[in-house]
Amino acid sequence: MSHKSMNLTLHVWRQKNAKCDGKFVEYKADGVSPDMSFLEMLDVVNEGLIAKGEEPVEFDHDCREGICGTCSMVINGRPHGPKERTTTCQLHMRSFKDGDSITLEPWRAEAFPVVRDLVVDRSAFDRIIAVGGFITAPAGSPQDANSLPISKENADLSMDAASCIGCGACVAACPNASAMLFVSAKISHLGLLPQGQPERYLRVRDMIAQMDAEAFGTCTNHGECETACPKGIKMENIARMNRDFIKASLTFRHATIGGGGA
Amino acid sequence: MELNAHIPDGPIQQKWEKHQFDSKLVNPANKRKYRIIMVGSGLAGGAGAASLAELGYNVDCFCYQDSPRRAHSIAAQGGINAAKNYRNDGDSVFRLFYDTVKGGDFRAREANVYRLAEVSNNIIDQSVANGVPFAREYGGLLDNRSFGGAQVSRTFYARGQTGQQLLIGAYQALERQVGLGTVKMYNRHEMLELIMVDGIAKGIVTRDMVTGAIESHIADAVILSTGGYGNVFYLSTNAMGCNGTAVWRAYKKGAAFGNPCFTQIHPTCIPVTGDHQSKLTLMSESLRNDGRVWVPKKKEDCKRVPAEIKEDDRDYYLERKYPSFGNLAPRDISSRAAKQVCDEGRGVGETGLGVYLDFSDAIRRLGKNKIEEKYGNLFEMYERITDENPYETPMRIYPAVHYTMGGLWVDYNLMSTIPGLFVAGEANFSDHGANRLGASALMQGLADGYFVLPATVSNYLAGLKPGVRPAADHPAVVETETAVKTRVEKLLSIKGSKSPTHFHRELGKIMWEYCGMARNEAGLKKALELIPKLREEFWKDVRVVGENESLNQSLEMAARVADFLELGELMCLDALQRRESCGGHFREEFQTEDGEALRDDENFCHTAVWEYKGEGQTPVRHIESLTFEYVHLATRSYK
Repeated sequence: MSHKSMNLTLHVWRQKNAKCDGKFVEYKADGVSPDMSFLEMLDVVNEGLIAKGEEPVEFDHDCREGICGTCSMVINGRPHGPKERTTTCQLHMRSFKDGDSITLEPWRAEAFPVVRDLVVDRSAFDRIIAVGGFITAPAGSPQDANSLPISKENADLSMDAASCIGCGACVAACPNASAMLFVSAKISHLGLLPQGQPERYLRVRDMIAQMDAEAFGTCTNHGECETACPKGIKMENIARMNRDFIKASLTFRHATIGGGGA
Repeated sequence: MELNAHIPDGPIQQKWEKHQFDSKLVNPANKRKYRIIMVGSGLAGGAGAASLAELGYNVDCFCYQDSPRRAHSIAAQGGINAAKNYRNDGDSVFRLFYDTVKGGDFRAREANVYRLAEVSNNIIDQSVANGVPFAREYGGLLDNRSFGGAQVSRTFYARGQTGQQLLIGAYQALERQVGLGTVKMYNRHEMLELIMVDGIAKGIVTRDMVTGAIESHIADAVILSTGGYGNVFYLSTNAMGCNGTAVWRAYKKGAAFGNPCFTQIHPTCIPVTGDHQSKLTLMSESLRNDGRVWVPKKKEDCKRVPAEIKEDDRDYYLERKYPSFGNLAPRDISSRAAKQVCDEGRGVGETGLGVYLDFSDAIRRLGKNKIEEKYGNLFEMYERITDENPYETPMRIYPAVHYTMGGLWVDYNLMSTIPGLFVAGEANFSDHGANRLGASALMQGLADGYFVLPATVSNYLAGLKPGVRPAADHPAVVETETAVKTRVEKLLSIKGSKSPTHFHRELGKIMWEYCGMARNEAGLKKALELIPKLREEFWKDVRVVGENESLNQSLEMAARVADFLELGELMCLDALQRRESCGGHFREEFQTEDGEALRDDENFCHTAVWEYKGEGQTPVRHIESLTFEYVHLATRSYK
């Protein structure tokens, strides 16, 4: 551990709300310890602003251990900053050096409107899950958990996809602001499990339809999403989703009209 | 105040089944005429909101986060217990019940704990059905690991992200209901007050954290699943936003508070590095399956590189003191043991507040790959934070505030002392006594949400006339809403000189010093002088910049800190009056010769239940006596 403190210059996007225009504002961050997390550095800057009677920089954050997916900022042009497979809250100041200039922006995507400063509205992701990102299994109905063996390989692949924290870095990194990595991670998580089979094709159709309705762009294979993803979600999920989507489109039938029982 | 736990009659094995049968039902056509408010969207709240909506009720669900998927249940790492006995190692519902009562140091209600153990198996079934990708063996069946305080392997896990996967399972079930229109989700909304009409909970007042709009929501029943209040200590493993406001507001409206001083200090967290520290990071207890805890035998070795310290000069103190449980001794005991060796001057790291958690034996025995498979993400997280590689050098860990066993008092139905107000998950006091065992929080959250609330809330609603709720302009509603607006304006108008965080940090220092891992009468009395002074200063000198009508995180923080400044005082009062040591509550005056907790069953075999008596009044301490018919009171030993 090094104890040399650093002096940094921040260029932070300030925007009062979705309707106002925003602009970059420069702040000094002096005496920064390399052991601080990035967000702790911002805490110190904010405490300084409050002491001067200025409004602090608003940013989203919660668990600060890289799992809740709340923190979201573009640091020097990269979602979650320079370190691979690391959320902003897990980034430490030892990744920077004395005298550095750091630019901070919110996620930029039409589907993620700015709420204030570095905070954006990601509820589009919830709406995509709400149309099909689930398995219908009301509480109380299931059978014994071990009555359905699942190969370790599939369980592990499903778990890899399920590790997605829904932060939206994939969208922020994509030149088209596509949500395909996020959506495909859910398609893989549930589609690789036997429990997920009954709704597999319905799910992919409905989720993709909602994704399009939310104004996310399409995938043109840049691969920026995979690079930016703090949880290492792979683009092979997008390939799996596309396969399922083609099959779903070819085999789609309109629901038959049901009738009441006796 | 009359306390009736409403424990059903009959043998413990039949209570829950009998109670469900005796509960009143609501006709399916009438269910949609009821409205339920759920505050919180974690395991208890998310699963509860989804399950109640599946039954046909209308549910309004509120969370302060930008999405229900971010609730702090997501951060739980290690696992979830269930009495499946898939390992054939002698587990049973009764053994899980027994371990939980004993682990809680005989300060939990037997009937509730038995029910928890009973539904534990359904939770695993339910979660698998929802698509939770638990770890599996090559044969395709579910894998298990061991956890502290148990000698069987009953913990189900999904790598080191079990909480995340269980929460996503519940979140998906919740979103399905949102899609169906039965749940209306209010993200970025914080509950600031409970609405009471004629002594019954009928709604809440919330602040829209984006627009600042303060609004009332009316319902037939209100459920708080708002988590614990560990952030009263400022530094804890809780998320930054976790707060005690919802339960505290309810307490001040008449919901009694059970055992507020029962706090869990988790033994394996990454040590503090400096004043800038904003939170503490847990390293899953599951690491103690393979990691060995030690400090140097000699003080002068503490600053040496650990690899240079010879085997003979190391004190594997948990293995030495608790040979039968060793490194898997329960959390309270392990934390205290770490504090003791550090107090003796044998702590490691720059601050001397740390002990080693060493994997070198396990890596030699199992190989690096096996360890990576089991704990890879935890090792990565450790390295990211500390810049040290735990495959090569032992981790340094130290205890940190993690969980609050105390919470709003509830009866067997999870209803508080306010009719119509239910409390689930960590927010209630019910199942863990004075110490929670590892992998039991996820179990309790989901038990309450998936299985208990649907039955008990239905029973309550069946007694109400469908579709009859107070009007939005009812005087009680208007009055409550006005009180919230006044309070927010007050916070903004003080325009003092110190930030809300300053006061939070000061409160945290007082709480950790005097109401932390070890407590004593003089210290608690000191805290009871310091906290009111700090609170007074807060209301004179806090500086909240900005306005109500936009996203304003310092305003949110100020309102939460204001409540912590009152809650902390009640915790100290409770700790002072409980003149015994039990579980996580260690009073230095009450210990055995070898430094173990000394319970006083004659005078304290009860839950302390605190009743609010008004501003400036001392709250009244009631008791709910605990009787142990099935697990006999005994000194808890892990030796």
